Amino acid sequence: MHLVWIVARRLLMLIAVVWVASTLNFFVPRLAPGNPIEDKMLAQVEYGGSSVDVRALVKAYNARFGLDKPLLSQYLAYMHDILHFDLGYSITDYPTRVTTIILHALPWTIGLLFTTTLLAFLLGTLLGALSVWRGAPRVFTACVPLLMVMSAVPFYLFGLILIYIFATVLQWLPLGGGMGIRDNPSLSVAFAFEILRHSILPGASILLASIGVWTLSMRGMMATVQGEDYMTYAEALGLTVKRRFLQYGLRTAILPQITLLALSLGYVLSGSILVELVFGYPGIGQQLFRAIQNQDYFVIYGIVLALICALAIAMLVVDLINPLLDPRIRHESRRA
Amino acid sequence: MSASASAAAAAPAVPASVAPRAGARGVLRALRRNPSFMVGLTLIALLIAFAVIGRFFAGWNDAFPLSAPPSMPPDGDWIFGTDADGRDLFAVIVYGTLLTLKIGVIAGCLGLGIGTTLAFVAAYHGGWLDAVMRITVDVLLTIPTLLVLVVIASVIHRSVNTTTIGIIIALLAWREPARQIRSQVLVLREAQYVKLAILNGASSLRIIFLEMMPNLLPFLGANLVVAISQAVLASIGLEALGLGAPSEPTLGQTIYWMMNESAFMLGMWWWIIEPIVILIILFVGLFLLTTGLDEIANPRLRRMEA
Repeated sequence: MHLVWIVARRLLMLIAVVWVASTLNFFVPRLAPGNPIEDKMLAQVEYGGSSVDVRALVKAYNARFGLDKPLLSQYLAYMHDILHFDLGYSITDYPTRVTTIILHALPWTIGLLFTTTLLAFLLGTLLGALSVWRGAPRVFTACVPLLMVMSAVPFYLFGLILIYIFATVLQWLPLGGGMGIRDNPSLSVAFAFEILRHSILPGASILLASIGVWTLSMRGMMATVQGEDYMTYAEALGLTVKRRFLQYGLRTAILPQITLLALSLGYVLSGSILVELVFGYPGIGQQLFRAIQNQDYFVIYGIVLALICALAIAMLVVDLINPLLDPRIRHESRRA
Repeated sequence: MSASASAAAAAPAVPASVAPRAGARGVLRALRRNPSFMVGLTLIALLIAFAVIGRFFAGWNDAFPLSAPPSMPPDGDWIFGTDADGRDLFAVIVYGTLLTLKIGVIAGCLGLGIGTTLAFVAAYHGGWLDAVMRITVDVLLTIPTLLVLVVIASVIHRSVNTTTIGIIIALLAWREPARQIRSQVLVLREAQYVKLAILNGASSLRIIFLEMMPNLLPFLGANLVVAISQAVLASIGLEALGLGAPSEPTLGQTIYWMMNESAFMLGMWWWIIEPIVILIILFVGLFLLTTGLDEIANPRLRRMEA
């Protein structure tokens, strides 16, 4: 297929995903019995007396989405806001913008997710390749069933077990949070160590549960690749084992893995939201939980939309890695 | 509950077609050939048996607060201990297992039913309808289930119970089966025996139900198990976020209460371990069952094991 066509198709897909997600956010609360957003703001106004100036929020909301406006113009106003990255204000914490909340939490989530996904992908792929490679130590084959079974367990159940063992019983690592209560963020080695110490358990629970996925699929691909004629040819040429493993085996077998990586990002993201929750890790998942507890609908919708967009973009990027690694796609697109 | 029993009953019908020789030898052969299916089936059967038999030893009311002294470790009277609100955890686990399975089975069956119907309609009609469905499924599959469920569940949270949670999850559970079964139907339509049936003038319904369905059964089975497993996963995710049914003691809800009432600080290991162990058995069992059914549906995988 033509490379430009692939990119165009993926871009259209991205736009469709963002449109579906934002439309969903707009219509779900309006289809529900007795618009819950307005109920929540009413309740907030009635409690009154709090430090939060809800009246200003209600005013701003009515100007845009008031009952006197037809649904279509409400929808258009909403879409206009979305296109300008305006996700509105927090209901329970009024002057704070939803985008501010998201931007504060995002680095934590990205840091945890990026590191663990990359590690799991690399370790799992390598392990899967070695587990069927003729002449590799049998140890690698032996740990496949265990990893496979662990991949069936949701991340956060692992998290709970790890907390119990390492934080409650052994007390080696902190129970949760992103850093110690008394720590001040600074650019020091001690602080970096503290951050690392707090992310070991959440990271480990994602890692333990997701390595198996990569191992399993790589195993299948590597087994197929090993049976190919060009592998026999490479052996006949007298190429070194290392060269045959890396350049001939791994290089070919890794391509479907990258497609799988794009497809599984959503699963990893959902899983890590819950892991953050379990560990009280100060990322997006924790903010989502807090928003749900407070029925802070704008924050819920903002976070959901931001995550769906981020995910769609990440999938696009990963999908575009494939043509870069696969000379066949590049070659064909040049010919076309 | 009856639905969960039917899921278990439907499963063993499948390997019978692979190992037609009946009797103990046939079963042993199937077991040797497909250990993951057998182990998975055993785990799920044990879990259901535990929950069904356990009902005779635990009252429904014991699964609610103030039915027992709070925070008791397991002993002779409370064999699974009690939680900080005074629920008898044995009753909670027994009924919770069934309720969690109920959510999974409602969503799984609805999702598979809707997905299969759409798959047949799209694959048979072809043309623009097929294209629209393919693109819709592609776009919807890009959006993580949990996030959409959060949006929907957060607005109807106050009036939610395990049945409605099952139905909400089913709203998204049809995507994967629709895609998988559509491609399978497209392959089957080209099979010689289907073409023969068409030439013989058989009606579409006859071809679908008598010619294609028998061959799709292991495939549908695998899709059903995956759908159930993902529905349970989604449900415990919703429950962990505080969007579950607060008046029904499911396993996910138990974990939510345990986390929010700081069982870790209190060192109440029994409250922590019990729902997790049951859920792990459930997920691993369903996973092995899927792997086994995949092997039956796709003989190429069988060779790889050897």
